[in-house]
Amino acid sequence: MFLKALPKNVFSGFVVSLIALPLCLGLAMASDAPPISGVITAIVGGVLVSLLGGSHVTITGPGNGLVGVLLVAVTTLGLEGAYAAVICSGVLVLLLGFFRMGKLADFFPSSAIQGMLAAIGLIILGKQFHIMLGNKISLESSIDYLLEIPSTILGIFSYENMGFVYAAIAGIVSLAIMLFYPRIRNKYLQLIPAPMWIVLISVSLSYYFELVAQQPNPIHPDYMLSGIPTVQEIISQLPTPEFGYMRGLPFWTSVIALTLIASIESLLSIKAVDKLDPQKRRSNVNRDLKALGLATVGSGFLGGLNVVTVIARSSVNVNNGGTNRFSNFAHAMFLVIFIVLFSTQLTRIPLPALMAILVYTGYKLASPNLIRKIFSVGKEQLLIFFTTLLVTLFVDLISGIVAGVFITFIIHIIINRNLGLFLRNFLKPNVLMYREDTSDDNYYVSVKHFCSFLNFYKLKEKLDAIPEDRDVVVDFSLCEFVDHTVMENLNGYQDLFLKRGGHFEVIGLDLHGADSKHPFALRRVIPGLGLLHINLTNRQTTLQEIADDYQLHYESEQTENVHFLDSFRYFQTKKIESIYNRLFNTENTFRLFDINYSEGEFIAKEKVRTTMLHIKLNHEIPEFTLDREGFLERVYAFAGFKDIPIENHSDFSKRFYLLGEDEAAIKRFFDDDLVHFFESNPYYHVESNGTGLLVFSKERLAGVKEIKALYDFGKRLREVVK
Amino acid sequence: MTRNPFKTIAIGVAFSPNLKANLYEAARLSQFFGSKLLLVHVGEYSEEKNTTIIEILGPFIANRLDYELVFQPGDPVEVILKIVIKSRVDLLILGAVQRENFLTYYVGSIARKITRKSLCSVLLLINPSIERIACKHIVVNGLRDERTRHAIEAAFFVGHALKSEQLTIVEEIAQQEVAVKVEDDRSLRKAAIMKEKLRRREDNRIRLILEEIPEEHKSQLSVKTQPIFGRRGYSIGHYAQVVRADLLVMNAPGKVGFWDRLFPHDIEHILAELPTDVLIVQ
Repeated sequence: MFLKALPKNVFSGFVVSLIALPLCLGLAMASDAPPISGVITAIVGGVLVSLLGGSHVTITGPGNGLVGVLLVAVTTLGLEGAYAAVICSGVLVLLLGFFRMGKLADFFPSSAIQGMLAAIGLIILGKQFHIMLGNKISLESSIDYLLEIPSTILGIFSYENMGFVYAAIAGIVSLAIMLFYPRIRNKYLQLIPAPMWIVLISVSLSYYFELVAQQPNPIHPDYMLSGIPTVQEIISQLPTPEFGYMRGLPFWTSVIALTLIASIESLLSIKAVDKLDPQKRRSNVNRDLKALGLATVGSGFLGGLNVVTVIARSSVNVNNGGTNRFSNFAHAMFLVIFIVLFSTQLTRIPLPALMAILVYTGYKLASPNLIRKIFSVGKEQLLIFFTTLLVTLFVDLISGIVAGVFITFIIHIIINRNLGLFLRNFLKPNVLMYREDTSDDNYYVSVKHFCSFLNFYKLKEKLDAIPEDRDVVVDFSLCEFVDHTVMENLNGYQDLFLKRGGHFEVIGLDLHGADSKHPFALRRVIPGLGLLHINLTNRQTTLQEIADDYQLHYESEQTENVHFLDSFRYFQTKKIESIYNRLFNTENTFRLFDINYSEGEFIAKEKVRTTMLHIKLNHEIPEFTLDREGFLERVYAFAGFKDIPIENHSDFSKRFYLLGEDEAAIKRFFDDDLVHFFESNPYYHVESNGTGLLVFSKERLAGVKEIKALYDFGKRLREVVK
Repeated sequence: MTRNPFKTIAIGVAFSPNLKANLYEAARLSQFFGSKLLLVHVGEYSEEKNTTIIEILGPFIANRLDYELVFQPGDPVEVILKIVIKSRVDLLILGAVQRENFLTYYVGSIARKITRKSLCSVLLLINPSIERIACKHIVVNGLRDERTRHAIEAAFFVGHALKSEQLTIVEEIAQQEVAVKVEDDRSLRKAAIMKEKLRRREDNRIRLILEEIPEEHKSQLSVKTQPIFGRRGYSIGHYAQVVRADLLVMNAPGKVGFWDRLFPHDIEHILAELPTDVLIVQ
């Protein structure tokens, strides 16, 4: 197996290394570290994580997210001090792995994380933009860099030295390549990734000027990549990390920030890459954290930066056929080969070209598209996003993420107008999971109180314990509030289960209100408002699709026109409040619906929601109730009646409980065909009121898959009864 | 007839709007169980109070209800606990309080103190009613605990007496017992095997208990077992709520210390958030 997959993995490792090389150089320079340190990071990471890690198709190396923090570390602690901070953060990441803190990333609201990443994007973009345009400046804060951008753009036209102008041109052309490369669908062009094109073009131009045109490179020498040491130099000039700062506070804030960002970036990437894995494997995140921590320690000692799992390079790996960790190893080996063979050629790359790559990455992290997307989820998400973003820019990363978490919590309290809901229930194990005791044996998960980023890990723990090829129903009907982070994560689970042959269904949210149309919008129960539907839930959209598929009509609105149900025995002791999510045919003889009814009165009142099917018949049939043996509680209204035995079908009589007044008519009605039909199909509660049939299975809302099964059962039952 | 675990039932009588409903529930239960009903009022005797109570209980007295009225002033908790010991009460009925605006119930501070210290079984009612509400589905815990046997026996007794239809024994298995942390595909498979093993072990244990239940108690009940992996005490309440059980039967807690109240477990979860009527078997 391994050998067979080897060539594919070596190839994808090669393609990844083509992107990795320019990125590593650029990211290291953006962090004010020597360019080679980025390559060292990728090599150490690639070797150690591929040997020890717990994920399958991830690629490791220097990450975008860390640029901002590393920059602060290098400026306050100096390069040697920063290496020491990197080593310490590596130890902390290692410890996180040992303490199984792989769930750490779940504690942050997703809008806050996006705000943080956008801030990092702006930091990268702000700083590198000036170099890209041939204007090396050094300013106090990242905000100043951003504010300087207009004057740098205007400045291009007043350069006196033509070397700077050429530098700016190299930068602009490179940025154009990055921007337009994805739009050009040419199979040969796409063979080499855009960053590598930039490297190849600039190196060959440099050779052109030297060998063909016989004149010096027009780009100013200050704007050429410098300080790429040979392998011998790297080995002989190993940096000595300076641990002297360990007594100071700035050192530890850097260490904490590095650890936090490194682990969050890695965990998010692993989660995302797992969805791409063609072989549907589950990564062991804690083991991966340990490997990343160890690799970071090693990288720090060898003069490299933090090793993290990176999403862009990993997805390139998957796209090019990477199937196991060997591709990560191969990418590291190719980087070694590049450094050994071409270290002098690398100095022919102009800096603005490299920086253009980074400006593009930074822009992607903070693009207006992203903001539009967040806004469509809800206004409150935008507030969280911008709070995190601005605090990160103006203060620092840790304060930014803390502010994001804090504002999210405040917003949740304001939206619910209820602090007690959170305080009272924060520590309660609010998730119940069990396997339903039916033939299909699916998992049922019920969530109580509230479910937000604060306690999502409890739900996640349960969900992770379910094999992805099984059927799961997550029920939120006892839950008053569900936030955006949870909705988004559940959607991730839905994808994952779908891809691996399982089925993941969220129910009980149809009665929760939302303020926007986005499927991930946060939802809470709005008492007294009834069903004001601005936002169809996922389940409702799927119902709409089912309706289209089966040529049925669909209406989500609540209606109280429920008199067709009154004559069923089942409802004799119950009060029907309303039905909603109706699927029905044109003649209204076949209807599927969610129903709200209550048992008992006043304080003993219990509200129940179920999905049922009603079939109207053209002819009279006897009144009866049929259920599986043992489920007496549904038929107590018939108390006093005995199970009617059907002759020659002892198995049927043993398995089913058949009740009704007119025994003779019922015995006539249950002919061989009908008995065989019931025997060979799943159990449903079937009830006849003489002119219609009522069919349902459980006293809870059905998932989409169950609805389809119910529809199919009803359709065939109607045929048999005819 | 097998031994009746609830020979004497006691109820605290307070003159609240719920008085009639509470008395009706208590009297009904006494007649179903064939027990003696002890009505305890914490306060001085007065002719008026006496007649009110007798008047309410009229229909039951006509039906030969075996009852006794006790008036005793003092601290409610102490008085009731003392009477429980003195009169050898087997079952104490207490009412629960509904949380404002929510459909959740909890046990008030006095009732909670009594529940913790009581030496007899306690029945907590969330919605006492004058009309009888049928008790159709009983959920009982099947914890690995020496008291479980009593709880299950009592559940069967109650189920038989109240003519319930279904009885579910919930085996709560602590997550720690699985001992395998799910991290990847391999550990997931391991955990699944481990869970299956635990499930079978628990099922066996319950079957042994079930064998000793008198046949007449079992006959008209449909009995089911349901293993749940989760926090003890809490997940059974959640389960009872989800399946809409009418009565939850649980073991009495062991000694409750200061830390247990600070970090609630077992019974404390249930007291803070009653899912349904709860019977705590001593």
